[in-house]
Amino acid sequence: MAEFSDLPFGMRAQLALYPWRRIDPVPWSPLAAPLAAARVALVTSAGMYRPGLDEPFVSLLGGDTSVRLIPDDTPVQDLVVGTVSHAFDRAASEQDRNIAFPLDRLHEMVAAGSIGSAAPRHVSISGNITAPGRLVRVSAPRIAAELRADQVDVALLVPI
Amino acid sequence: MCTQSVGLLAGAFEKAGIATVCVALVRSVAERVRPPRALAVPFPFGSPLGSAGGAARQRGIMSEALKLLLLRGPGPLLRDLPSS
Repeated sequence: MAEFSDLPFGMRAQLALYPWRRIDPVPWSPLAAPLAAARVALVTSAGMYRPGLDEPFVSLLGGDTSVRLIPDDTPVQDLVVGTVSHAFDRAASEQDRNIAFPLDRLHEMVAAGSIGSAAPRHVSISGNITAPGRLVRVSAPRIAAELRADQVDVALLVPI
Repeated sequence: MCTQSVGLLAGAFEKAGIATVCVALVRSVAERVRPPRALAVPFPFGSPLGSAGGAARQRGIMSEALKLLLLRGPGPLLRDLPSS
């Protein structure tokens, strides 16, 4: 389990006072299709982007709430692990992007028939966002509309 | 912060009719933020699906997360990754 005690002192002190957002009430959408027929999109907070095609994430006060949509046929190891967070060692995710954006694993699960299909586009944000108002008000509904346009049934979200 | 960020996205997606499941790296944050469905994992920051190159283990964790979609609401549902 990741614990705040793993983090540098300054970061721990900041988090001790941080007002975590609370989802209330908790919305609930039941699974619309059996998993073996469901279309699944991945969401990573590792700030991954396609070099030369997407703009990198940037370091902003409160966090960068922008979004990159990653086409399903993107070779996952070509992505840059672009999160601007310094809270963790990125060696593991750079060695294997699937550890935070399991695109190859998703394709293997589709091939095995355990899920129906992969979404045509997946989602990347840089999760180091301390002021998430804009993420909730602007980015989240925009992403949800894109996923609905792609007829996505399920989103699997992976922090880093 | 990442556990909060993906949790908040999950809440918005569910409102829009998309079922979600989050991996939770920091259990205490998932308890506070309350994404609709989350699987707490015993891994350090930077390695949410275990070790690099562990394809079978990564798939196993994804399967455990997706299994939460078969449970009935209401949320929040927060479960721990079964030890293997």
